[in-house]
Amino acid sequence: MEITINGSTTALPQDPRVSLLDFLREGLHLFGTKKGCDQGACGACTVLVDGERILSCLALAVQFEGRDVVTIEGLSAAGTAGGEGLHPLQQAFIGCDGFQCGYCTPGQICSAVGMVAEAKRGSPSHVTADLAAAVTLTRNEIQERMSGNLCRCGAHNGIIDAIQQVLSAEVLS
Amino acid sequence: MSIIDSAKNAAQGLVQGALGKLVPLAPDSWIPGGLPDPLIARKHGLIGTPVSRLDGPLKVQGAARFSAEVAPAGMVYVALAYATIPRGRIATLDTQAAEAAPGVVRVMTHRNAPRMKPPAVFGSSPTAAGPSDLPILQDDRIHWNGQPIAAVIAETQEQADHARSLIHVTYEAGPSTTSFAGAKANGAQIGRFMGQPLRNEIGDAEAELAGAAHRVDHTYRTPRHSHNAIEPHAATIVWEGDMLTIHDTTQMVTAEARTIADVFDLKPEQVRVISPYVGGGFGGKGLWDHQIIGAAAAKLVGRPVRITLSREGVYRVIGGRTLSEQRVAIGATADGHFKAIIHTGTAAMTPHNAMPEPFIFATRSGYAADSFKLSVETVKMNMLANTFMRAPGEAIGTFALESAIDELAAELGMDPIALRIRNEPDKDPISGLPFSSRHIVEAWRSGAQRFGWDQRAPEPGTRREGEWLIGMGCATGTYPYHRMPGAAARITLTRDAKAIVEIAAHEMGMGTSTTTAMVAGERLGLPLDRIEIRYGDSIIPGAIMAGGSQQTAAIGAAVIAAHNALVAELLKLAGNESPLAGLSVDEVGSEGGALVRLDDPACRETYQSILARAQRDTVAAAEQASMPVEAMHWSMHSYSAIFCEVRVSAITGETRVSRILGAFDCGRILNPQTARSQFRGGIIMGLGMALMEETLFDERNGRVMNANLSEYHLPVHLDIPEIDVMWTDIADPHTPMGAHGIGEIGITGVAAAVANAVYNATGKRIRDLPITLDKLL
Repeated sequence: MEITINGSTTALPQDPRVSLLDFLREGLHLFGTKKGCDQGACGACTVLVDGERILSCLALAVQFEGRDVVTIEGLSAAGTAGGEGLHPLQQAFIGCDGFQCGYCTPGQICSAVGMVAEAKRGSPSHVTADLAAAVTLTRNEIQERMSGNLCRCGAHNGIIDAIQQVLSAEVLS
Repeated sequence: MSIIDSAKNAAQGLVQGALGKLVPLAPDSWIPGGLPDPLIARKHGLIGTPVSRLDGPLKVQGAARFSAEVAPAGMVYVALAYATIPRGRIATLDTQAAEAAPGVVRVMTHRNAPRMKPPAVFGSSPTAAGPSDLPILQDDRIHWNGQPIAAVIAETQEQADHARSLIHVTYEAGPSTTSFAGAKANGAQIGRFMGQPLRNEIGDAEAELAGAAHRVDHTYRTPRHSHNAIEPHAATIVWEGDMLTIHDTTQMVTAEARTIADVFDLKPEQVRVISPYVGGGFGGKGLWDHQIIGAAAAKLVGRPVRITLSREGVYRVIGGRTLSEQRVAIGATADGHFKAIIHTGTAAMTPHNAMPEPFIFATRSGYAADSFKLSVETVKMNMLANTFMRAPGEAIGTFALESAIDELAAELGMDPIALRIRNEPDKDPISGLPFSSRHIVEAWRSGAQRFGWDQRAPEPGTRREGEWLIGMGCATGTYPYHRMPGAAARITLTRDAKAIVEIAAHEMGMGTSTTTAMVAGERLGLPLDRIEIRYGDSIIPGAIMAGGSQQTAAIGAAVIAAHNALVAELLKLAGNESPLAGLSVDEVGSEGGALVRLDDPACRETYQSILARAQRDTVAAAEQASMPVEAMHWSMHSYSAIFCEVRVSAITGETRVSRILGAFDCGRILNPQTARSQFRGGIIMGLGMALMEETLFDERNGRVMNANLSEYHLPVHLDIPEIDVMWTDIADPHTPMGAHGIGEIGITGVAAAVANAVYNATGKRIRDLPITLDKLL
C-alpha cells in the first residue's frame, strides 16, 4: 500500500490506527503539518489531498492509498530559508504579518489554497447570499471559509489580508 | 557665499550627517537627572521602520522546529492518565493490562517513579518556576481533578494511548471544596503578590462614597479562562549520563532549568532547556508537571522521551486564569470629580500555588480620587493551580473598573471620555511617584477623532438598523512597565564584521528576535543582515523571562550593558596605533561597522581593522543589565484608549463587533509591523474574553467540562473585523530605547469597551463575562 506525498511515493504505515497527521510527522518527519488539537477543531493539521483541504488528524493514513497529498513542505518544494522560491501565499503571509508564533500558519496556508479551489468550483458557504451565482471571494466569504483554522496569537487580519492580496494578483490557481 | 564657505558648509554638513547616524553609548541606568537612551534621538535608523519577521521564511514553510519536532534516536512516547476526583487518595491502581499491551516499555506511577523533590513554586525564589509546590508522582494523594497519576511509556504514541485506556484505578475520596461559594464560606485571606499584600487604603473611601452626590456600586464577575495556545505543551527529553537536555516550549528557559535541576538533585549546569520557538504562550508555557514526568520517564527507561499533552491534557495539567468577583464603587461630585474609588473582591486559587489574580493593579494608577479602598482577597479551592494569563489582574480588573466608569458617566449624564479626562491624575495616586511618560489624554483625543466618537448616541438603545441595535463604547487599558533583574547579553564580533547577540530570551511570536536584531544593529552600527540573534537556551548567560511584557526592555538594557563592555574591549584591542588611541568609551560611538570619535567623526576605525591588527578572529563581551531602578523613581505604564462599535441582534441577542480601534501610548514603537500584530492580537483575545471565552468548571467535582477547542470558544476569522490601531509613539526618556511593553496592554480594557458598547446599543448592562446571547435576551 502506497501513498504519494509531495510528489514522492512512500509505503503506508503497518498500524492502521496511525492518523495521516501522525504518519506525516512521526513516520516521515514532515513536521510542517502541525498538531493543535488532534480532534478536528483547530485546523492546524490541514493538508491537501488531490487538491482538497482535509484535516489530517481526523484521517487514518491507510484510507489514502494511492492518493496525492500535498503538505506545506510541498507548496514550497523549491523554497529556501532565504525566502526564494516561496509560494506566493507564503510570501504574502510574511509581507502582511499573517502570523506571530507560526504554529497555525502551515494549516492556514494549506487551507487557503484549498479554499480558493472550492470557491472556483462554485461551492457556497454559510455567508453566500446567492447559491446559484458564481462565488465571489469577498473579505466576508474568505473569513467564513477560513473560520475552521484557529489562530490564538490574533493574526486574523494579516491572514485575510495575505489571502486577498494574492487573490487580487490572480496568482493563486 | 564664497566657494570656500560652501565647501566649509558642505564639510560641516557631512559631519552633521555622520553625527545623525552616529550613536553614542547608552546610559546603563535610568535615574532622575540622567540622560535618555541616545537611540531615542535617532530618527532615521532601523527603529520605527516596519521590518518583516526574520524567522518568517522558516515559519511559513513549516520549517521552524518546535519542541515536539525533535526526534532523537530510540525515542519513546508518553501518554498520561489523569485523576477523576478532586481530592483524596488512590485506593487501587491496576497497571498490569497496560504493561502487557503491545509496545509498552513501562508504566510509571508513584510506586516506581524516580524519587524527586517537589518543584519550588514560582515566586518563592528568583529561579523558581514550579506551578505549585506539590510533589509529582511521589505518593498516592490526589490534589485536583485531572492530576496525572500514571504515565505509559511506549514505542509509539498509538500504543501508549491505547495502553493508557487499560489502566484501572479506584479512589478513596477526601473532603474537597470545589464551589466558589463553598470556598468563600471557608474564609478568605488577603492576597499577597511577590510578597506584598494586595491592599491599599487612602482616606475613608466608604464614608466618601456614602456622602457623594453621585455614586455607582456594583459587582462584576469574570470566569476562568484558558490560554489555548494552538501548539499543545510538549517536550522532547534526553539524558546523557547525568546531563539532562529538554527541548521545550517555554517562556522561562533559565528558571525552568534551575527548578528541574533542584527536582532531580542536579547542579544547574547539568540541565539544559532549549526553546527556540514557542507556538503561543500567553503565560501558559512555563514549567508544569509534564516536563518533570517526562524527565523522570526518560530516566526510568533509559531512553529519550517525547511527552506531548493531548488537547484534553492541556486542560487537565496547565492552569489558566482564575475566576473573580469584584466590587467597584465610585463616588463623584455633580461635575464628575471622583471622591472615592473602591475596588475590592475575591479570586480563587489553590492551597499550593502563589497566584492571587491581582485585579486591582490597573486601579492603583488609573485615576485621581480623594480616597481609595482597594483589595484582593483569595479563597482556596481544590482545583488545578491557576496561573498567569495575558495581563493577569489588569485584563479582568479593567473590565470591572472601566464598566463602572461608564455606568457613572451614564448616571452623571457625562460623556465617558470627558469623565475619564476629568479625573486624569498628575502623579500616581497610590505611590505618589511622578509618571515617567503618560500621554493617555492624547491617545483619547486622537482616537476619538479617528473613530468618529462624536457619532455615538448618548441615549442607549436609540440606533437601530433592521434587527440590529448599534452602540459604541470605550475604555482605558493599562499595563505596567516591568524590567526584571537578572537579564544579561553576550555580544561576539567576528572578523567578517558580524555580531552574534546571545540572550536567554524567548520568541513566542512577539517578534522578539527581529526587534532585538534591529536594536542591536542600531547600537553596533551594523546592518540587520550582519546581526545574528541566539536565544531560547538556558546555557546563555542571564535570565530573561517572557512575561510581564518585559522582554524588550530587559533585552534592551542587557544589550546596552554588553555593548558598552564590548566597546571597552575594542578600545583596549585597538591600542596605540589606532586613530582611536587614548579615547575612553564615553568619547566614541558606533557607526558603519566602526568605532567613531564623537567630536570628530572622521576619526574612526572599523571593527574588522581593530580585530585584524590585534590578530583576533573575534572579540566578545558578556554583561548583566543594570538593576531596574527606574521603576523606583517613576510610575511606569503602557496605556490604551479602546473604542468599539457593536451590533446586537434584537431577535437573537447575538453581539457582533463591527469596528474596534486601539489608540496606544506605549513609549516608542520599535517595529511597527510586529507591534501592530501584538496590539491586534491582544485586542482579539480581549474580544474572546468579552463575548465567548469561559473554561467551564463542574462545581460538583472540580473537573473542567469543556476540555477541547470545540466547546471552549475562541474568536475565529469571521468574528474579527479589521482592527484599527494607532499609537502616540512618544518615547519614554527613562527606559531603554524609550520603549514600554506591548504584549499585554492589548487585551486590557477591551472587555469593558465591548460591554459599554453593548449597553449603548441595548440599554442592558452585563456585569458577568462572557456577554453571551442568553444574557441579552
